[in-house]
Amino acid sequence: MSDKKTPGDSDDFDARLRRAQKGHSSAGEKDGEFAETPSQGFGLAFRIGTELVAALIVGLFIGYWLDIWLETTPWMMVVFFFLGSGAGIMNVYRAAQGIGLGVGIGPGGKIISDKGENSESSGKPEKKDQSGD
Amino acid sequence: MANPLQQFEIKPIIPIQLGGIDASFTNSALMMVLTVITVTLFLTLSMKGRALVPGRWQSMAELTYEFVASMVRDNVGSAGRQYFPFIFALFMFILFGNLLGLVPFSFTFTSHVAVTLGMALTVFIGVTLVGFIKHGVKFLTLFVPSGVPAVMLFLLVPIEILSYLSRPVSLSIRLFANMTAGHTMMKVFAAFIVPLGFLGGWAPFAIDVALTGFEFIVAFLQAYVFAVLSCIYLNDSLHLH
Repeated sequence: MSDKKTPGDSDDFDARLRRAQKGHSSAGEKDGEFAETPSQGFGLAFRIGTELVAALIVGLFIGYWLDIWLETTPWMMVVFFFLGSGAGIMNVYRAAQGIGLGVGIGPGGKIISDKGENSESSGKPEKKDQSGD
Repeated sequence: MANPLQQFEIKPIIPIQLGGIDASFTNSALMMVLTVITVTLFLTLSMKGRALVPGRWQSMAELTYEFVASMVRDNVGSAGRQYFPFIFALFMFILFGNLLGLVPFSFTFTSHVAVTLGMALTVFIGVTLVGFIKHGVKFLTLFVPSGVPAVMLFLLVPIEILSYLSRPVSLSIRLFANMTAGHTMMKVFAAFIVPLGFLGGWAPFAIDVALTGFEFIVAFLQAYVFAVLSCIYLNDSLHLH
């Protein structure tokens, strides 16, 4: 009775092992991107908000001190307000596009992906066009 | 009634005056020292056994190491390997600072913009220096978007420079604002629990329980975001477009 049962058991075991390995590998893949799942939406929203405001703050700060230095109140502040808004919108655009948060992204912006080495998106012409601005 | 912002107050523990500058050892400094000690103890004690098959503590230490290592590898590539110790130290310092700040009656030093801006400027200046050392003057081409008509460059280069200069600001404000907002919100709801009495107090109490769990996510997520953005900035300096 044990002779008959053993092969059946081992088949069952192999199947179960295969299933477990399959599940494990897919779980491993999920593990790699776990930071992108549920709470990431909140993080992304907050990141985009700060990106917009930060550039504006920097622009206004530079404009304010240039005005004091050059005694051109309020012109530098006005100029740098608009430059700062432009930079902020650029930051937001890049963050939302997922083409990195860096400045001066060349043709085929670098994509932050989970798949190792920052992959150039040369295969995607739409991104190529947009990132050149 | 307790002021919800009282928890962020800095109190000197050992007053030190250095040539007119207040360099006192404060509760914030104490928490930073405690954070460094905790991280060191966590990593050294858990790796003490050096078992081939790791136990619980050792596998926790190995997981954090591998998490940061793969983060550096994914975002910077193999050229970033030599900067791994810095990113790892940054990540662990912020993560443990955030987590220790959740312990009741402790102090969250990451909720002060002076601390986060200090760390962000360290990353920013370091990354800029790395760029200039690796590429020399060619590093400045980072500010020139390619494929743009020459006329537009007068407008776009200042915008790119402002965008670059805004990095440390957004990096520091994000961490500081997240920690401050979460801790303040928790205190505000906590202040409602006792006044609402035995019947009504359950609602703010339940919210505070949920917020505590949420704060753990934020503590980890913000440490992760800070480290991953440092990696991205480093990548920009190492690999010009």
